[in-house]
Amino acid sequence: MEFTNEMKIQFINKSSNEGFARVSVAAFVSQLDVTVEDLSDIKTVVSEAVTNAIVHGYENLKGFVTVECKITGDTVEIVVRDCGHGIADIEKARQPLYTSRPELERSGMGFTVMETFMDEVTVTSALGRGTTVTMRKTILTR
Amino acid sequence: MRTKIDTNGEVLIVRLNDELDHHCVAQIREQIDNIVMQGSVRKIVFDFTNVGFMDSSGIGIIMGRFKLMQAIGGEVTAFGFSQQLDKLITMSGIKKIVKIYSEEQDAAQWGGR
Repeated sequence: MEFTNEMKIQFINKSSNEGFARVSVAAFVSQLDVTVEDLSDIKTVVSEAVTNAIVHGYENLKGFVTVECKITGDTVEIVVRDCGHGIADIEKARQPLYTSRPELERSGMGFTVMETFMDEVTVTSALGRGTTVTMRKTILTR
Repeated sequence: MRTKIDTNGEVLIVRLNDELDHHCVAQIREQIDNIVMQGSVRKIVFDFTNVGFMDSSGIGIIMGRFKLMQAIGGEVTAFGFSQQLDKLITMSGIKKIVKIYSEEQDAAQWGGR
């Protein structure tokens, strides 16, 4: 029978939780026979999405970031959700090197990293309601 | 943990360690910029040998220091990227503006200008 499992964590928008989020997801995904490289890629994309939620989603706000992870067979789905400001122009936000906050020295590469390291990235957002990033990757087991 | 920074005349060597994300880069940036603002630094060398993880915040800190040093006529180099880190560095296109070396002695070379 196909292996399935699901988890969900929630934490407030403190930047110290970026490490907590990526390590938690990596530990969960380790139930699959995943390579070191894939695991590192997954940590990187979780870090990018969670940082976006904290820096942009909740700019000047306080709120919870939710990270859900679902394993179905050899496919990993990660959903990062915030209930913050939302993104006015998703196309623009996804462009390489674009950043809405250059003063923070964000490289503008967040979405590009997610798109490169994962098989599929979808973004849905509503102004004043928040943003949801869904990422999928099929793991090539060893 | 504070980042270890070695100064060798006009060359500043920044020994990064552990995990490089948005949470920890702010403090590292401040540490570097405080020294650069004192005026004698002409070259910043980033040592990534002991970095186990980084996300695009690592690219942001290199790009930011590149702009800073460019403004004062200095330069930035880096060395010690693992295969995994190199993937991110290559993807970012930063190699077009910052020289990346495999050995410290090459990255830290400084003849002045």
